[in-house]
Amino acid sequence: MTRAQLLSVAATRRILTINALFDHRPSSPLRLLLAALLALGLMVADAREGHLDWLRSTLAVAAYPIQWIASQPSRLARMLDGQFATEADLRERNALLERENLRLRGQMQQFLALQAENSRLRDLLGSSFKVSDRVLVAELLQVELDPYRQQVLVDKGTASGVYIGQPVLDANAVMGQVVVANPLTATVLLITDADHALPVQINRNGLRTIATGTGRVNQLHLPHLPKNADVRVGDLLVTSGMGGVFPAGYPVAQIVEVADDPNSAFATVKAVPTARLDRSHEVLLVWTLAPVAAPTAPAQALGRGRPADNPAGTSEPAVNRS
Amino acid sequence: MSVFSRGGLFVMLTLVLALILSILPMPNWASDYQPQWVTLILIYWCLRWPTRFGIFSGFALGIAQDVISGALLGEHALSFSVIAYLVGELHRRIRAFPLWQQAVAVWLLLLIERLLSFWILGATGQPTPTLAYWLPTLVGLLLWPWLSYLLDRLRFSPWLV
Repeated sequence: MTRAQLLSVAATRRILTINALFDHRPSSPLRLLLAALLALGLMVADAREGHLDWLRSTLAVAAYPIQWIASQPSRLARMLDGQFATEADLRERNALLERENLRLRGQMQQFLALQAENSRLRDLLGSSFKVSDRVLVAELLQVELDPYRQQVLVDKGTASGVYIGQPVLDANAVMGQVVVANPLTATVLLITDADHALPVQINRNGLRTIATGTGRVNQLHLPHLPKNADVRVGDLLVTSGMGGVFPAGYPVAQIVEVADDPNSAFATVKAVPTARLDRSHEVLLVWTLAPVAAPTAPAQALGRGRPADNPAGTSEPAVNRS
Repeated sequence: MSVFSRGGLFVMLTLVLALILSILPMPNWASDYQPQWVTLILIYWCLRWPTRFGIFSGFALGIAQDVISGALLGEHALSFSVIAYLVGELHRRIRAFPLWQQAVAVWLLLLIERLLSFWILGATGQPTPTLAYWLPTLVGLLLWPWLSYLLDRLRFSPWLV
């Protein structure tokens, strides 16, 4: 290296060191203000439904590996649990499942006859009501989302035909609905979230009302029932199908408390969700076959709901049947 | 130093690890004590590398945390930017503290982060969380000396950087 080159290198070094001494970026309060404004803008845009869905779903693809890795330990634990189960345990479970299967098949015989009869009667009435729905099994990604919002992540996304507003069930009852549909994952808002309200009716007498979430898993609230409403502890709530999002007739919750608070104009009614919201590993995503007078389920959502190919265990494309 | 030099790679590794830890499912009794991993790591790097780790790094990390944990977009971005700003202003003083005072300072920062999230929860109409909401900050206080010691050792170990 020549002397001139060495000198020039030394000079650049010195300039760099001097540069490092002085901060040339905008002052830090200004940067903080900028960042805070940006964050607040994002929050407002995100809280007002759906302005940022495109951004969120793009970022969610990048976040998927991290969520996948985080879900592996509990998956492994479950797998090992299965590996180390004793034979006696397995036999016992097998016997239990066989008994349950027998019982369910017994009920199913009756159910098929009733379904046929029901649709015949509806045909007589001239109403276009379809009882059957198409379902897809999705697995919960076992990750701890924001603990102060009641939501879960499932491992099926728009690639499997999931759409925003799609109802989600577990083996027992309604769990919630899809609020964010990413290509590979979807976020499900549970019915117990404080932002969620669900049109229900009391199975015993058909009284319609709305069940809102409380933000606590295991509790729903029925704020709009007058004090003389016919509601009792133990009543089963089922979906009424009024909102157009959930198909009618799925169980939702059971009333556990009916109180008469003199301070409020309405009865204080509490219910416990029938779905095992905090314990399910698998959920069912439902496509409703008949668009049952659906003012809130726009055509665009239905269009997106059409799966590109048939996911496992399904017969034919969900929509445009009637 | 570029992000993809070896030191930068180590920083990225710790951040990704913290993000994974923050959503790792815990048994029920432990989930109340889940420390604020990402905030702790952010504070660590803001203290040790203040020229590289500033407000916008905090903002970007916050966005990542929001997307991964399904929070409102911008919720953690706001609190992390504030934390990064505070550490950036105070890092000379905090670094001079003895370890236990440092831990207390970090605890205050963790409390501020929780307070901001608390405020956002209230503003978006979520129900008020119970007192267990503040427990992770105490876990962070206890964790800080070990975490900073471990990361310091790793940072200067010959086989990593």
